[in-house]
Amino acid sequence: MELITPEYGLFVWQVVVLIILIFLLTKFAWKPVMKAVGEREDSINDALASAEKAKEEMANLKADNEKMLQQARAERDEMLKEAQEMKKSIIAEATEDANEKAERILEKAQTTIQSEKKIALAEIKSQVAELSVQIAESVVKKQLDDKKEQMNLVDKMLEDVKLN
Amino acid sequence: MHEIFELILSQLFMATHKSSKITVALLLILVLNSFSSFAQIDTEEVIDQSFNPTEMIMHHISDSHGWHFFGEGEDSFTLPLPVILWTDKGLTGFMSSEFHHDVEGEYVVESNGQNFVNYHEKIYVLNEGEEALEFDEETHAALNANRPFDISVTKNVASMLVSVLLMFVLFIGLARHYKKSKAAPKGFKNILETLVIFVRDEIARPQIGEKKFMKFMPFLLTVFFFIWISNLMGLLPGAANVTGNISITIALGLFTLALILVNGNKDYWQHVFWMPGIPTFVKPILAVVEILGVFIKPIALMIRLFANITAGHIIILSLIGLIFILETAGVAFISVPFALFITVLELLVAFLQAFIFTMLSALFIGMAVQEHEHH
Repeated sequence: MELITPEYGLFVWQVVVLIILIFLLTKFAWKPVMKAVGEREDSINDALASAEKAKEEMANLKADNEKMLQQARAERDEMLKEAQEMKKSIIAEATEDANEKAERILEKAQTTIQSEKKIALAEIKSQVAELSVQIAESVVKKQLDDKKEQMNLVDKMLEDVKLN
Repeated sequence: MHEIFELILSQLFMATHKSSKITVALLLILVLNSFSSFAQIDTEEVIDQSFNPTEMIMHHISDSHGWHFFGEGEDSFTLPLPVILWTDKGLTGFMSSEFHHDVEGEYVVESNGQNFVNYHEKIYVLNEGEEALEFDEETHAALNANRPFDISVTKNVASMLVSVLLMFVLFIGLARHYKKSKAAPKGFKNILETLVIFVRDEIARPQIGEKKFMKFMPFLLTVFFFIWISNLMGLLPGAANVTGNISITIALGLFTLALILVNGNKDYWQHVFWMPGIPTFVKPILAVVEILGVFIKPIALMIRLFANITAGHIIILSLIGLIFILETAGVAFISVPFALFITVLELLVAFLQAFIFTMLSALFIGMAVQEHEHH
């Protein structure tokens, strides 16, 4: 019975001591400890989260880089292609131009030749006429002496003219 | 004798379960008591020298004025503790050593004009003019004296104060660490921090809930470490049996009850007095059961702690006591390993009981502050 009979004095001591203990430990131990432990856990969680974020950002950056590189490559290819085409078109244009010009020059030369020829022919004609006149003059000079000779000369001259 | 001894041993082998442990303790007390009564009958003339195991065990597990370490009578080594008494004539006090180790009510101490005696570690104040205590052995009542309100620093109080001091040193030391650095502490402080986190994450958080557990952390932490340290201190030779004392566990249980009563929300009281969702005629019956339950919960807490710790002490003391009962040193070869085994088991029980007390306190508080989903 003695074992399970409460002693009031001891009970009072325990209550008083426990209240003081809870009060003092809360103020000087539990609050700082819980705060520090909580803060540490938060900072660890934050660090983990930010590491994860950094990793994600890194991956994003990498993907962006890859994309940009690809884009650059594509652009370069396009530029090369364009340049190639331009070169081709320039060459083609130039060739066409040159051909055209050459044709025009040829045409011009042709017309010049034609006109020159006409002028030459006209000159020849006028010289021939002059020559004929001179021949005729000399023939006329000789013919006055011999009728037979006269005819020969005319024939001979005509023959020359025909040859011409 | 042999048969009884074998019975004790066989019972001990079965003592793996908690309840059977308490049974064993009670059985041992009964058995040893019968030994002592035999001894008293057989050798009446040497009754003072004969070994009384019940007395020995009760001496070890009960509270006392003065902290006895070893020795007998006047030669014993006892730390005197202050006796503080509140009598009709007011507060008075003296050191327990003034009784000169007398616990039979023979040595009278005078203080504040009153006469005091120590009868079986209970202080009696003698009535006016009385010089010696007269005690009725039949009714166990003092005839010419009464008990003052005894707020002495007894062995248990002193041991409790040592536990408190130890807790201050340990945990204020831990708190100081964080002032210096934010990093996790090393060594022993790390163990303490792990235990604090254990109480938070394994006891408070799951039982009370994420929203409200922080409010109850100081109480749970204090109670957990107080019980555990006191339990461990109680296993030291010569130490007091603080947590195995019913007055202490009543106080601890009342703290839990007070927290439940103060923090119980509307839902909780509704579930106690007028349980929703059941037929009306059952409600009053259930209310009676629930109201009883409010008080039975902390009572169960205090009895569990008291009984487990006391039972452990009784078993160890009984096993050692066997050597002296049988008066054969040879018994020590069986008793001592057994006592050692039980002591190691008690180390586990010391933690387990602190854990269970805190766990169930948290559970009951959690039930009182829980937000019910309305259906």
